[in-house]
Amino acid sequence: MAEKQKQKKPRERDSVSLIHALTRGSWPTKTTALISGFGCLIYGQFARGLLYLAVQILTLAGFISFGWQYVRDFATLGTREMTSVLDPIYQIPINVPGDNSLQILLYSVFAFALLAAGLAVHLSAVKAAYAAETLIRSGKRPAGFRQDLRDLLDKNVHTTMLSLPVLGVAAFTALPIIFMILLAFTNFDRLHQPPGNLFTWVGMQNFTDMLSLNGVLGNTFIRILGWTLIWAVFATFLNYFFGMIVALMINKQGIRLKSLWRTCFVIAIAVPGFVTLLFMRQLLGDLGPINTLLQSDFMRALGFSPVQFLRDPGIARVTVIVVNLWIGIPYTMLITSGILMNIPADLFEAARIDGAGPVRQFRSITLPYMLAVTAPYLITQFIGNINNFNAIFFLTGGGPPSVDYYHAGKTDLLVTWLYSLTVTRGDYNLASVIGIITFLLSAAMGLIAFNITASAKKEETFR
Amino acid sequence: MNSMKLRSLLANAGIYIALAVLSILWLLPIVYLVITSFRGEPGAWLDGYIIPREWTFENYTRLFTDTSLFNYPRWFLNTLVVAVSSCAIATFFVLFTSYAFSRLRFKMRRPMMNIALVLGMFPGFMSVIAIYHLIKLFGLDQTLLALVLVYSGGAGLGYYIMKGFFDTIPTELDESAHLDGCTKWQTFTRITLPLSRPVITYTVLTTFIAPWVDFILASVIMKDNYNNFTIALGLFRMLERENVFRWWTAFCAGAVLVSIPIAGLFMVMQKNYVEGITGGAVKG
Repeated sequence: MAEKQKQKKPRERDSVSLIHALTRGSWPTKTTALISGFGCLIYGQFARGLLYLAVQILTLAGFISFGWQYVRDFATLGTREMTSVLDPIYQIPINVPGDNSLQILLYSVFAFALLAAGLAVHLSAVKAAYAAETLIRSGKRPAGFRQDLRDLLDKNVHTTMLSLPVLGVAAFTALPIIFMILLAFTNFDRLHQPPGNLFTWVGMQNFTDMLSLNGVLGNTFIRILGWTLIWAVFATFLNYFFGMIVALMINKQGIRLKSLWRTCFVIAIAVPGFVTLLFMRQLLGDLGPINTLLQSDFMRALGFSPVQFLRDPGIARVTVIVVNLWIGIPYTMLITSGILMNIPADLFEAARIDGAGPVRQFRSITLPYMLAVTAPYLITQFIGNINNFNAIFFLTGGGPPSVDYYHAGKTDLLVTWLYSLTVTRGDYNLASVIGIITFLLSAAMGLIAFNITASAKKEETFR
Repeated sequence: MNSMKLRSLLANAGIYIALAVLSILWLLPIVYLVITSFRGEPGAWLDGYIIPREWTFENYTRLFTDTSLFNYPRWFLNTLVVAVSSCAIATFFVLFTSYAFSRLRFKMRRPMMNIALVLGMFPGFMSVIAIYHLIKLFGLDQTLLALVLVYSGGAGLGYYIMKGFFDTIPTELDESAHLDGCTKWQTFTRITLPLSRPVITYTVLTTFIAPWVDFILASVIMKDNYNNFTIALGLFRMLERENVFRWWTAFCAGAVLVSIPIAGLFMVMQKNYVEGITGGAVKG
């Protein structure tokens, strides 16, 4: 709470200073609102002023020379379709390129971002001018360029440290996400593929298609959403539970060769996940070694028969969960081992005196303690499993395919469906809708998680 | 007393049996992967038996000699280059972001952390298509540089674990450094960095491994530029329907080769890995 209050004050002061600058500032400060860096130049901060000016000129030049040609079509996403005309000399049809909706949308977003960044720098120029002005008025000298540079390693070191990472996140995470969110409101599907065809804004159409339950699309969505949640619950909690049991067994007093047992499981982690998954797919195939074994005379005599591990809808779902256990349990084992050893031993001592058996001890001490401590980990795992692309893609590829579904299979998760809709189908608008819904799902989980951990911290039952 | 002893002996015996069975379950697929990599018979499946009857080294040598269709050594080198570069960049990004959010106080700290939280909740794959076009805008599509940028560019978002670690370093250290005349940058390099070896190791390890095991990002960005494939893309290609008969055993050999360095790294840094993840969690 204290932190929140401390942070509110400077923010208020800050917004005030911008208004103050424009109302009470001297004429150089006010001119800065038009010509970036003007105030700084007048008040003797030459290098700083020139930098501001350069940024403003570059931003405007960039926007006019590059951005404008796309931004002006942003509202329609292009009107001229690609046409084909007969070449007057050779009498063969040639294509005349029209507008490219994809380029217009992407580069508009890019141009807007450029403009926003330029504007932010510009506002800081106005503030800097006003700050310099007030300093001079109170009889001090504003900081020189050398001081500014020195501050970048001391008072303002956060700017130095964060500028590149923020730039990276903006370019490779934020901008693409904004672009994809916008796509959800267009009709960019397989029938509207640039450069041959235009696509345009359609409002909430894709969302209503996806969420209306009587269409194929809505039907597919609901079923896949259901399976995604079931998968995430099983994958997360079974991994957690069994991983903890393995950790408990290895760490039990009196068990020898602890590091040997641990290594056996850790080797499984060290092999890259996609290798294991692809290999498992082969092992479990109809002609794979496991089915070969099941068909041998000996196993047949015992009543076994071959199993369609990856091709029968019901069995395939169980298979992916079990294989995921194989991959996940070693991780949980490693991570929980350390925490398990931190449980105060006197708790178990007291329980033993009260006559609690091992199962009871696990239920009443170990499990609640672990849940309280590892709640954040558990939730990250849950969100990770909602988005667990590899486990499904490499093992079943989403299959077995279903005719009732809109280009999806019985083990498809929302993410793998998203993948096939974009990479193999080209229905980018639907994929974006799925992405947004997945985000909402994760965000809701995150919110719940935050509340749980907050309350767990408040109680501090085990400390 | 005697019956108690007997019971715990029995319990331990049960645990030994369970552990032995589980260990076999976990080791078998890996052992079989290695066996298959030395198998002499071609094809994805053996005809009605499980243990190969012919053994050979040829699957390994073939990876490095028969490079007309699948250039394994080149892919290995590609992945190594991408992994080293993106690991270096990403580690710095994560270090800077975590330090700023954990140790420095500035106006935009809260808002930025909230934005990072929100961005992190979008499925990563969702943005790949846009990234592809953005990278194309700069003429970098289907290059290794693009892969490096994509793997390391957004790395700042993964600051949670390291921030959790920095949060546990006592602030008194920073304050005394400040009194001794250190700038904030010097405090970072001279006080915080030397104390952070486990969590830096963890970050280096995870960012180094990422390119070896990533498939989707690389597949969208590289499309069909075979020469710039990473290991994961290449190995996946080997299992496509038209290749799998000839290349299945070579795939296994390639998989073994790729696993060895990763397994080695993992074994060495196992302790740091666990400390890195649990460090923040345990302290709450």
